[in-house]
Amino acid sequence: MLIDLAKCTACQACMVACESENNVPCVSPEEAGRRRIISWINLLPEIEGEYPRLTMRLAPVPCLHCDSPPCILVCPVKATSLSPEGFVRQTYARCIGCRYCTNGCPYTRRMFNWYKPEWPGEFAEALNPDVSVRPKGVVEKCTFCHHRLMKARDEARAANRPLAEGEYTPACVEVCPAGAMYFGDLEDPDSAVAQLGRHPRAFKLLEELGTKPKVTYLSEGEWSGGERKEA
Amino acid sequence: MESVRKRSINLPDAVLLQPILAARSSFYYVAMALLGGTTLGFIAYLVQLRRGLGVTGLNVPLYWGVYITNFVFFIGISHAGTLISAILRLCDAEWRRSITRAAEVITVLVLFFGVGSIIMDLGRPDRLLNVLRHPNFRSPLLWDVCSISVYLTGSTIYLYLPLIPDVAILRDYGKKRVWFYRLLALGWQGTPRQQHVLHRAIAVMAVMVIPIAISVHTVVSWVFGMTVQPMWHSTIFGPYFVVGAIFSGIASILIAMALIRRIYGLEDYLRPVHFNNLGLLLLVMALLWFYFTFAEYLTTFYGGDPAHLVVFYSKLTGRFAPLFWTMVVTCFVIPFSLLSRARTRTVTGTVIASISINIGMWLERYTIVVPTLSRPRLPWAEGTYSPTWVEAFITIGFGATFLFLYMLFTRFFPIVSIWEVWEGRERAVPEVVARIRSYLPEDGGEAPESEDLILQTKEKP
Repeated sequence: MLIDLAKCTACQACMVACESENNVPCVSPEEAGRRRIISWINLLPEIEGEYPRLTMRLAPVPCLHCDSPPCILVCPVKATSLSPEGFVRQTYARCIGCRYCTNGCPYTRRMFNWYKPEWPGEFAEALNPDVSVRPKGVVEKCTFCHHRLMKARDEARAANRPLAEGEYTPACVEVCPAGAMYFGDLEDPDSAVAQLGRHPRAFKLLEELGTKPKVTYLSEGEWSGGERKEA
Repeated sequence: MESVRKRSINLPDAVLLQPILAARSSFYYVAMALLGGTTLGFIAYLVQLRRGLGVTGLNVPLYWGVYITNFVFFIGISHAGTLISAILRLCDAEWRRSITRAAEVITVLVLFFGVGSIIMDLGRPDRLLNVLRHPNFRSPLLWDVCSISVYLTGSTIYLYLPLIPDVAILRDYGKKRVWFYRLLALGWQGTPRQQHVLHRAIAVMAVMVIPIAISVHTVVSWVFGMTVQPMWHSTIFGPYFVVGAIFSGIASILIAMALIRRIYGLEDYLRPVHFNNLGLLLLVMALLWFYFTFAEYLTTFYGGDPAHLVVFYSKLTGRFAPLFWTMVVTCFVIPFSLLSRARTRTVTGTVIASISINIGMWLERYTIVVPTLSRPRLPWAEGTYSPTWVEAFITIGFGATFLFLYMLFTRFFPIVSIWEVWEGRERAVPEVVARIRSYLPEDGGEAPESEDLILQTKEKP
């Protein structure tokens, strides 16, 4: 995945699309105040300057699906693993809820089900049948809409042709009104993500940690790459 | 040593059996109060099981809090017993005889609460056995599972072995639960062969238990140290945690000794000299703890990595400063000033220092777990955490249940090892004389004079 921050308007459509696509549970306002919101993709704020000359930049951050993910290493029960496509996946039925992975992730992109998930009113009827709902007490995270890949792959296989670029995109990429998000095969050097990834504006979050994220950003102006600038 | 069976009914040191023979009514009141605490914890856990971990104060990004703090704290205390007792045994420190048992029991019992704290923290405790069905040996938490189970096994054996001759005494002279003691005594008759085997077994276990104990707390520290999170990712966390563990462990023995001595009137067995010696050991650990803390924080400060400095300043001057500086005072200032002077290294002095250390070491673990999580690497909004009644009640429940089980142990088994005190009188005194003689040049003086010297030193209080 590649996100062009110069195009991103921080409209949060990706967040809404993700929540409804992936049956992310609703959280009451009180619980939200206690920071129990579950969001697979969220806007990372970066505030610069001093009042009144403040600038704030926002970057959407899903799970970065690292090539060497710290979360997978620390899970005591192998409930999280790298899929053959390179996705960091979570096995909800095996997770014991120790939250070691949430603490091992330097990007804080893993979420925990503090309660039994609930969907008020018609939300419950609008659940996506392609995505399993999670029980209380387990960790969940962005899957890059893996169910969409399975569907697209099945369709391609049924038609006896290879999966074409653009046939499979996660909900957030599909919905982005500014066209700031790109999705494709990083191993194909001609794909849009691979080409844009070689752009001089390209950077990755906390690249120095060696986690090798699969999400690349194109910087807007002098974006620092999400690091803390001062203590 | 002559066989236990041949001893007369009027056993020497019979006062040590008194707590087992008869209970004072106060025992039942205290037991009721402690079980009340257990009930509180139990209710709180039922609520948490029913509703989910949302009933705690934990949130995003503070995924760990009081439970993990308790886990590290309890595992730390467990270093009291086995490690200290093993080291003292191997060093032939003769003053160990009346304190080893009290220490070893702490280890075995408190380990259950360390493991229990982890179970309290699980979102899905019903899937606990997944750690055996699908173990990921790359995870430090699984290393913990391995080392703690080995430690629990080792320290239980190490507690049980020196208990056998005492259980035989209870079998032969007690009137209550004789079948129970007969079962546990494994046919102990105190024959020379049995004694030889027992001494060998204790010595082997003492040697084995030391590396196991050190590995346990090292691995506990690695749960944090192996991640890349600011101020967790530190190479000295292993030894730092081991030092902290021994530190709070010795403090816990001292508190236990003071209680036992007071409640069961064993002032003759747990003497000021024991408190003085353990106090000196505690002083050394206080200095070591300060050294490690200083080294850890100075390195972080000097390195100047912004992600680390955010956490660093949140502890030194920020939101966690009250807790951090209380830790420094209770872990170092108070114990150091009390223990460094012989005048205050008394029973009261060492106990005050010990209570202060245990408060401080809990805070140390808290200020390691929470500040790091509240300031993640990416500039998400700063996290805050305040524990809820559920976490408080479960902590109270754990503390109360531990005290209750400890108290129960003293009602079933002698908390001061009887046979080891006998052995000290009968065998160790001449052995020590011989040992000290062996340190000195043989042709230096005449033998009769040294006899007088020993008598003189023995008379000193």
